Parts: sequence; C-alpha cells; structure tokens
Amino acid sequence: MSLLQPKTLKPMSTSEAIAYAVKQANVDVIAAYPITPQTIIVERLSEYVNNGELDAEYVAVESEHSAMSACVAASLTGARVFTSTASQGLALMHEVLYVASGLRCPIVMAIANRALSAPINIHCDHSDVMGSRDAGWVHIFVENAQQAYDRIFQAFRLAEDNDILLPVGVNLDGFFLSHAVEGVATISDSEAALFLPPRKAKYYIDSSMPMTFGAFALPDWYFEIKYQVVEAMEKVPKKLAEVEEAYYKMTGRMYGHVGAYRTEDADVCLICAGSAAATAKFSVARMREKGIKAGLLSIRLFRPFPVESILPHVKDAKALIVMDRAMSPGAPSAPIGQDIKTMLYDAGLNIPVANFVYGLGGRDISAAEFESITTKVIEDLKAGRPIERGVKYWGVRI
Amino acid sequence: MAEVEKIILPGGIIDRPGSTLDYKTGTWRVKKPVVDLNKCTGCLLCWIYCPEPAIRKRDDGKIEFDYDYCKGCGICSVECPTKAIKMEEE
Amino acid sequence: MMSVSEIKSIKELYGLDLIAPGHRACAGCGALVGVRQILLASKRPLIVVNATSCLEVTSTPYPQTMWKVPWVHLLFENAAAAASGIEAALKVLSRKYGRQEHYIIAFGGDGGTFDIGIQALSGALERGHRFLYVCYDNEAYMNTGIQRSGATPLGAATTTSPVGARIVGKQQQKKDLMEIVVAHKIPYAATASPSHWKDLVNKVRKAQSYDGPSFIHLIATCTRGWYFDPSESIKVARLAVETRYWPLYEVENGRYRITNPVPNPKPLEEFLKVQRRLSHLLLPENADLLEKLKAYVNERWERLNKLSTCFA
Repeated sequence: MSLLQPKTLKPMSTSEAIAYAVKQANVDVIAAYPITPQTIIVERLSEYVNNGELDAEYVAVESEHSAMSACVAASLTGARVFTSTASQGLALMHEVLYVASGLRCPIVMAIANRALSAPINIHCDHSDVMGSRDAGWVHIFVENAQQAYDRIFQAFRLAEDNDILLPVGVNLDGFFLSHAVEGVATISDSEAALFLPPRKAKYYIDSSMPMTFGAFALPDWYFEIKYQVVEAMEKVPKKLAEVEEAYYKMTGRMYGHVGAYRTEDADVCLICAGSAAATAKFSVARMREKGIKAGLLSIRLFRPFPVESILPHVKDAKALIVMDRAMSPGAPSAPIGQDIKTMLYDAGLNIPVANFVYGLGGRDISAAEFESITTKVIEDLKAGRPIERGVKYWGVRI
Repeated sequence: MAEVEKIILPGGIIDRPGSTLDYKTGTWRVKKPVVDLNKCTGCLLCWIYCPEPAIRKRDDGKIEFDYDYCKGCGICSVECPTKAIKMEEE
Repeated sequence: MMSVSEIKSIKELYGLDLIAPGHRACAGCGALVGVRQILLASKRPLIVVNATSCLEVTSTPYPQTMWKVPWVHLLFENAAAAASGIEAALKVLSRKYGRQEHYIIAFGGDGGTFDIGIQALSGALERGHRFLYVCYDNEAYMNTGIQRSGATPLGAATTTSPVGARIVGKQQQKKDLMEIVVAHKIPYAATASPSHWKDLVNKVRKAQSYDGPSFIHLIATCTRGWYFDPSESIKVARLAVETRYWPLYEVENGRYRITNPVPNPKPLEEFLKVQRRLSHLLLPENADLLEKLKAYVNERWERLNKLSTCFA
C-alpha cells in the first residue's frame, strides 16, 4: 500500500483538526482566552482535558496578555505549551510575544487570522500576524485542515529542538479555514508519540539548578542576547526541512517552505499566503487551459522568509503579483510585497512587482478576480507598458 | 563572537546564583558602621534589618560587618537596641 | 491547612538567606529588607517570580544575579499570570513525569500590582493557583523616578503629583488593595511591615500553609521617593505602624484580625514630618488635606477594628 494513500479521512473543521493534533502531541499546559474565530480550538481542548483524554493543565486566563504570559512561564518551567488566539487577542499579546522569543520559549500558537479594529470585524485578514511579524516568532501559513493538523506536530518538533527554541505561530485563515470542515488524514497516537516524544528542555525553572530567567540586560549585553533570536531563526529553514522529511516518512505528506504550482515556465507568478492559495491555484489552472502562462507560489513558511526556496521559482518570471491580505499604511509596499521586493533587490533582479492588498475584513476573492488581475499584468507586459508599481487596493469601493 | 556565544545561555539565563557577589557595593559607602563588641548582645536585630545582607554572626555570637558589601546605610546603627553600632567617616 | 510552626527567634532564620549582597538597590532600601525577611521565612523549594520593578532591576544586572533560588521576570503587569503558568506547569509535570513541586512567591511593586498588574492578579486569585503574591508598596513608581500610583497617599508629592501653586500633591486617597484582594475570597491575605519582622515572617509561613492563593501587602519605605535619611528606613516603617497609617492585620478565610493592636497611636504627624513627600501636609495652608488623610486613616482603623472584633 502506498504511503500516499490516506488510510481514512475524518471530517473535521480546521479548528478541530488543530485541537486533535494538540491532544495527540500530549501537550502539558494550555493557557488561552476565547476569541472568535479561534474559540473552537480551545473549546475542544477543554473537552479533552475535562474528559480525561488529555493530561494537561488548562489555564483559563482572564486575557490574552495573561495567556501568553502564563505560556511563557510554563514553557520556561519545561512544559510543552500551546495556545491559540486571533486578531485583538494577538494584538493584546504583542509585548509578551517578544518575551517568548527573547527567552527562547518553544510555544506553539494557532492564530486564526482575523481583521483588527476599528471598525470591529470578526472575519479573516492577515493584519493581526503582520503586526507581530518582527516579534521573533517562526510563522507558518496553512491552506487547509490537513496542513493545519500536520503542521502542529512539525511546529512542536521544530520549536523544541534545542538548536531552535523559538515560538511558532501556525496561521490559519479565520472562518475560511477555522470553520471549514474537510476530510483529514490523522496519525495514530503511537505514531504521534514516536514523532514527538515528551519535551526534553535543557534549561528550566527548578530548584535543582537555581537559575535567573529574564534578567536586566544593559547596553553591554542586550544586543548579544537579542541576536540569539536571529541566529536561531537562520537555522529554521534547514531544520524544518529535516522535520518535514521525518514526517513525510511517516505520513507521505510534505509541504515545504513554499507551495509552487506551474511556476517553472510562468511569465507571471502570483504570490500569496493562506487559504487564498487554493483559489489562486484553481485560477492558475483555468488560465493555463486558456494558454495564459501564469504560476502560483504560496508562502507557507513566512518567518523566517524562505528566500532560498522562493527565488528559484520566480527568478525567470517577467512579472510578479504579490497579494497581501494586510495593509501597511504609509509604507512603500504591503508586508509580503516588502519582503519579495527586498529579496529581488538582494538577488540583483529587477522583476516588476505588482502589489495588491485584497480581502480585508473577510471580503472574499474569487478565481475570476485572480484571473482578471493576472490578465491585466500580462496584457501590460505584451504591450510593453510598465507594470504599475506601488500598492493597489483590490476591490475597494472608492 | 565565538567567545560570547559560549558565555551566553539561551535567552540570557544566568546560571550563577548569588553572583552579585562579583560586585563590591562597599565602594558606595560614605560612612561605615563600627560595632562596640562590649555592647553587642548578639541579638541579630541589625542582621534582620540589613538590606544587603552585609552582617555576619561571629563564632562568639556577636556580629561583624562585611565591608565588601556594606553600603553604609546606617539602619543597623539606628536599630541597635544597645546603641553598639556607630557610623564613622571612611 | 497544615499546622504552622511559629518563628519565635531571629536565630531560627540565621543562615537561611536566599539573596546575596552586591545587588544594586539603594542604601537603606526598605523593599530589600522586607523581601529578604520574606525569603528567610519562606518554605522551600521556592521559585520567585518578579514583576518589572526596582527589585527586578537592581537584583539582576546581567550577567549577575542576587538570587539563590530560581527566579523569573517577564514583564511589568504579568507576575501573577507568570506565577499561574509555573504553578500549572509544575502540577502537570509532577503528575506526568515526577517533577518536584515548588512553593512560588511573586513580587510586584505597587505600580505592578495596584495599577497595571491588577487584572492579572485578579485573574490568578480567582483561578485559585497556589502561590503567594507579595505587593511591596513604596507608594509610587519609584523605578521610573517617583511618579504617582494608585497606592500613593493623599497629598503626597511625586514627580507627576507635585506640590504646585494650584494643586498640592496627589488629590486622591490611596486605593484599598487589601479589600480588593479579600473580595476574591482567597484563604489568606495580610498586611506587613519589615519593622515588625516577627509578624511578617509568621504571616509568610501562614500564607504558604494554604493550598491556594495568598497575599501579603508589605510597606516598603523608599529613601529616594519619600525623602528621608537611609538610616531611618525601618524607623519610618515602624512609625507607619505606630500611627495606624499602616495597620497590621490579616484576613484568614474571611476572618479579620488586627495582628498588632495600636492602643495608643502616635499622631499621624509623627509619620508625615520625617518624609519630605508628605511633610508639607503639616503647613497651615494644607490643613484640609491633613484632615482628609487623618480621616481616611482613622476610618480604616475603626472599620478593621470592628471587623476584627466581630470575628474574635
């Protein structure tokens, strides 16, 4: 029987798939606060704990700030720690996120990406995570329930590696993914235990070795301590590839740092992250049927930005279209646009980039819209017109 | 930076408990406490009120100062019930 | 509750220090005296959690630490949440993997407790984690340079409540933190002063005997922010008790008890006149402020006295 043949598929929402994976990861401490659209994750985890299916402490904190604070402290105590949040919750956690990475805490957090107030809105965009992208967390975007389930195991194994010791955010689009039910191939509890044995922390809070965590560092030491995050981050792409390789041997499933579809001979390559990748893929397939040479690259590992994995797919394209589900008001590009343009500049490439902000506050984007955006760029190329640079706001009524 | 990497533990953990001993706060002192051992009863009230701590019990039960760390605040001289501790110019 | 053996003599505490000298606290720091006494009395093994504060900054100048116990600092407002995380982690790790359980003490200043950290404290108290939270109260944001907090007393001069031509010092009374804590129905809450060391160390023992949250509100005299000679740090703390400004009491399972009756209180002026942050209250033009502060002190004492009597 082929490894690639899933044994059985269980119908689960992405939230349920994540909770199930966290249970199988035999997590020790969950500290979380409810916020739409991630609430299902912590509801399921509460059920697992209260039903005795998961031996963990569920700390029902009074805010996301305290959720992340309790997570950091529990992680420093040597526990395997999980939390989940979205939107305002992530924003409220903001200052603690830096402590989590600065103190090298391998926390795994599911982020059900949601728009930020004001105006208040409960639906998907990536404004929450983009506002926290410099906090020293590894960030992974998933595109469906299966990826979310698989990435949870990989995230723990990556985070807890003593060469890494960085917190990992697993980003899933609010509602589009969090509430969408799909068939998910699961691993057995014994496979999970084999892939992810209990955490073995090298340094932890305990009287057997009375150490000081979170000391006051002045200009003579602060920079060096903070630089550790950069060094650890640089090791992530290779380590994640190793983790994925091990997971592939067990399940036959592997996702890579990017998801590439028909990029090899593409004139124009679409770049996006999250659930829109599936829509874009469908759109590219349809364009290809019409002879339009489009391709798709979805960013799966967002921090560290996997330049080495992206470049080979885009270096021969005539133009790139970067689709951002978050805005960066006043900046020359939206978040992923900034990274792509920096990458091209460093590689000595002057490929034109059209950068679109789309889908804020949960506004859907269709395959037809991707096609319309791509067709316009291709027509400009054919006509020898310059590609419109700067940031454009797709579909906004002005 | 190779040398620094060896010294810094993940996240800047300090693995030397009580290592402020490396830093002699005695240099801060303007006046120093001096004990009259004839008056000292060894009650240790000076010790329980010392913020550092920079007071030790001698073998005979009376006290002595650790001038490496004593900042010279003078709490001990105010609190001593037998007025055995005087503050003197350095 | 486990039986608590009373500490009767200083000699029982000698040799039990959990901090080293060489820390950078100001000469005559009242907070350090109190914290040291609490640690001397504490049960072990112990983990200390510290909010951002004078205590945190002066005790861990990287790469040195004064602490001889495991110690962790995350942020200003989250010491109680951090303590919750450690307690939960040790609970499950001991259950699953045989890790040793520890006593936990969290220290926060008045800013980190009364103001910015009160939400995290309330949450942790409500959830019932087993830990002792100590608010060392020097009645202003001393670490940032003496700004007023919810703990600053009426009329006190701070850098954000200066004595001006129009407005004289802080215009509001001190927040009654103990009543907020007690409202959480935790098993043990007490006030304490390092001047009354025996009262303090035995309250620590009592607090740690409960399987749940406990709280100690410690007066922490501050030579820099209160403006008195460093040698008078304990004397000023004692005056706070003897004038009934700082009543020493405990609330054990809801039962109030004044642990240090002050039958013949010294006039409040005795406490005020030795500190430049408050001595202007003795000027004739500030008589109304003085009266209001006196009324606050008296009413609180009378209330505590009544509550103590009804539970006696």
